[in-house]
Amino acid sequence: MNKPLRRVAVFCGLLVIALLVRVNWIQFVEADELRNHEDNRRVAIERYAHPRGNIIVGDKAITGSAETSGSDFRYKRTYKDGPLWAPVTGYASQAFGANQLEALNDGILTGNDDRLFFNRTIDMITGKDKKGGNVVTTLDANVQKAAFEGLGDRKGAVAAIDPETGAILGLASSPSYDPSSFAGNSDKDSENWVALNKDKDKPMLNRALRETYPPGSTFKVVTAAAALESGEYDMDEPTGAPETYKLPLSTNTLGNEVKNVCEDATLREALQWSCNSVYAMISDKVGNEGMIEMSEKFGFGNSELDTPVRAAESIYPEMDRPQNAMGGIGQASNRATPLQMAMVASAVANDGELMKPYMVEKLVAPNLNDIEVTQPQTLSEPLSGENAQKMQQMMETVVNEGTGSNARIDGATVGGKTGTAQHGIDNRDLPYAWFISYAKDPDSDKQIAVAVVVEDASANRDDISGGGVAAPIAKSVMEAGLGR
Amino acid sequence: MSSSHTSTISSVAAPSRRNTELAMLVFAVLIPVFAYVNVGLAKEDTVPAGVLGYAAGLGCLAAVAHLVVRKFAPYSDPLLLPIATLLNGLGLVLIWRLDQEPSLTTPALGGPMAPGQLMWSAVGVGLFVVVLLFLKDHRVLQRYTYISMAAALILLIMPMVPGLGANVNGARIWIRIPGLGSLQPGEFAKIVIAVFFAGYLMVKRDALALASRRFMGLYLPRGRDLGPILVIWGLSLMILVFETDLGTSLLFFGLFVIMLYVATERTSWIVFGLLLSALGAVSVASFNSHIGDRVDNWLNPLARSPVNDGVTETAQAMYSFGSGGLFGSGLGQGFSRLIGGIATKSDYILATVGEELGLTGLMAIVVLYGLLIERGMRTALAARDPFGKLLAVGLSGAFALQCFVVAGGVTALIPLTGMTMPFLAQGGSSVIANWALIAILLRISDTARRPAPAPAPSPDAEMTQVVRT
Repeated sequence: MNKPLRRVAVFCGLLVIALLVRVNWIQFVEADELRNHEDNRRVAIERYAHPRGNIIVGDKAITGSAETSGSDFRYKRTYKDGPLWAPVTGYASQAFGANQLEALNDGILTGNDDRLFFNRTIDMITGKDKKGGNVVTTLDANVQKAAFEGLGDRKGAVAAIDPETGAILGLASSPSYDPSSFAGNSDKDSENWVALNKDKDKPMLNRALRETYPPGSTFKVVTAAAALESGEYDMDEPTGAPETYKLPLSTNTLGNEVKNVCEDATLREALQWSCNSVYAMISDKVGNEGMIEMSEKFGFGNSELDTPVRAAESIYPEMDRPQNAMGGIGQASNRATPLQMAMVASAVANDGELMKPYMVEKLVAPNLNDIEVTQPQTLSEPLSGENAQKMQQMMETVVNEGTGSNARIDGATVGGKTGTAQHGIDNRDLPYAWFISYAKDPDSDKQIAVAVVVEDASANRDDISGGGVAAPIAKSVMEAGLGR
Repeated sequence: MSSSHTSTISSVAAPSRRNTELAMLVFAVLIPVFAYVNVGLAKEDTVPAGVLGYAAGLGCLAAVAHLVVRKFAPYSDPLLLPIATLLNGLGLVLIWRLDQEPSLTTPALGGPMAPGQLMWSAVGVGLFVVVLLFLKDHRVLQRYTYISMAAALILLIMPMVPGLGANVNGARIWIRIPGLGSLQPGEFAKIVIAVFFAGYLMVKRDALALASRRFMGLYLPRGRDLGPILVIWGLSLMILVFETDLGTSLLFFGLFVIMLYVATERTSWIVFGLLLSALGAVSVASFNSHIGDRVDNWLNPLARSPVNDGVTETAQAMYSFGSGGLFGSGLGQGFSRLIGGIATKSDYILATVGEELGLTGLMAIVVLYGLLIERGMRTALAARDPFGKLLAVGLSGAFALQCFVVAGGVTALIPLTGMTMPFLAQGGSSVIANWALIAILLRISDTARRPAPAPAPSPDAEMTQVVRT
């Protein structure tokens, strides 16, 4: 009986070995996948088991952590001035996950990032509780406040950039929301979350980065740049445009808001009085391909513009001739985010060099060592330096003597462009009021480029113009940026 | 390793190894006691108040068991008792640790389980002592072959009796005894049926092995010899269908095939066994939704439950193992409570081991089971009588199958079945029955390794003595 006995012993040994192989497979080979599986609640428990690192503006944290009880999650996120900063921070909720900076820098904020391994090990050895690192943003609290307060109760957004580096100084969206209101996982948090998601004003939409609008007349800056770069036009030479422009291959005509100044106007005069006829004609002359090329140099058509929060793609699409002519004055299928239009102004202000916008200055470890510092990067050079200076003169004329006079700041150089974008079928809906501008302070060398959009700005459409509604907001944002 | 000391009859005494056993028992008691302190420090930052009582309790059980073995089974295998003690002690710690989770210790789930388990362990060691005291020679059990069969049948059918049986978690393997609580008769049936098989096969082995016709290269036994096998196959299928207990039916059928193979030395029995079990498993899996669900769960362990879109227990167990990783989170610092339900302390206790002790700890536990099984096999090899051999291989084979089926099920190596991990898992019947099983194995190994009585001095020897000058 010993021979079959030995075989049975071997068989039982094989069963044990099969178990050993299996546990090695799941606990070693598959462990990472299982550990980080989205259904594994330990991921969320661990995320909220320690105070989270903070998002910092200037020297002050705009986030915090509060201890909670009664659930698996020990700490919950708190926000100071939540609605003001929500477009920057995004949210981190025990029940509803995280987005934007909170999600993108989760590893640093929770302390789980590989680059914090050394810190974690030291803390483990010295018996300290695990701590998260901080995210230091490029934002300027005064700029942000000016933008948010400027928007007030109106729907809209503001994006402000430092033209020299691309650092984002302000990013406001209205109406906004308080991420604290659903940071926990109580019934109240859940109600708030549902209400916010149902709200038809979409308070959780980050309008500055994630919403595209027809840019209206502010896009004429791009068309003017295309005209200058083509070499066919110069700033102070007559363009030969008619007072009323008949769209090519169409019976529709295009008139101007300000009468009797646009016929045969120069580029500068046409920008000063926002002449539709001149820029529609130029857009047609440059052609759809040329317009696409120029707008892409300014950042249109970039589907991976990460600040690191990804901005929605702005598009100047392929269009037929009449549509392309309309596209040149910011209508038709031309769409841009407020950030994109701020980039246009910043490229002009920065002598033709477009810097990549970013909002995270650096990531720091709990012991305040820098882990990663963002270096400014050039995205493209849409304009030659010479043409950029001409564009600056033109945009400064708009503010000093044209439709943008509401943005004038004493003692500073301000260039801008107004815009009123029609939208809705047969333009039935209220138009969007736009204003893009830059300001330079010759004394302090400070610079700022701003784009403002206000939706449904006023009930009276005839009075609506970017100069009336959006320019004052841009003015206060620029003043804050220049430190005035 | 030389087997001359253990498997051949010799009048030279093999070393009894009782002191080795004692030294290892010290570890088997100390390790769980340290684990107990560890849980307390992890959960409450203090040494738990119950540690002295726990250490004393486990130490007493080990000491009593050791003294009885030293006195009544002095030549028995020195590894079986320490391994069983260590597993039982660790099981108690793990159950106590899970008792600390409020969500697992609600009155609806029966409250804390560790005190009850300690009491059942004491009863188990008591039965261990009784077996060693009264079972002087395992061959006595041969007399009870057919009584064992009847007893096994009664034990297996009990849960199906209306009013006595209870349906727990979709499996009908429990009986309720008023005032005493629930009992899993299958655990005891495992031992009784091994006794019956050993007795029956010892008598019939020649008939089964030799009186057969050759058919397609296989030896087909005569119908009257084959009968009991078909009866067992039918019975295990019935357990599967009526008690929906895949594990127990697999256990009994596997046990019988192994013992038949060892008794007859005919490979054809294995082929028959595999064919019949495959046939049974496939047909039941396709008709029975409970078993079918388990197969689905096994094939897609991480899929969400089709019923409520929740995370299934199988998936939760997988996450436990994955989160444990190589070294585990440390005792008391895992989240086994997420597995939830009533099986965390019994069927799923290995998931807690995996999460809190890591791959290292889980492998150590598996190796301990492997060692226990192979010591049982070694006892079978060493046994001098066929009944002892068959009984030892049956008991350790059943133990091995049970360990494999539970551990394989929890780690999703095979479909999950509701059985308890011997010694480790919470469950009174299981711990008592397994202590009895260890006692019988110890008795067989004691008989096997006991030196033959010295030959009586033969008068002839005197006469042929060489006379030296």
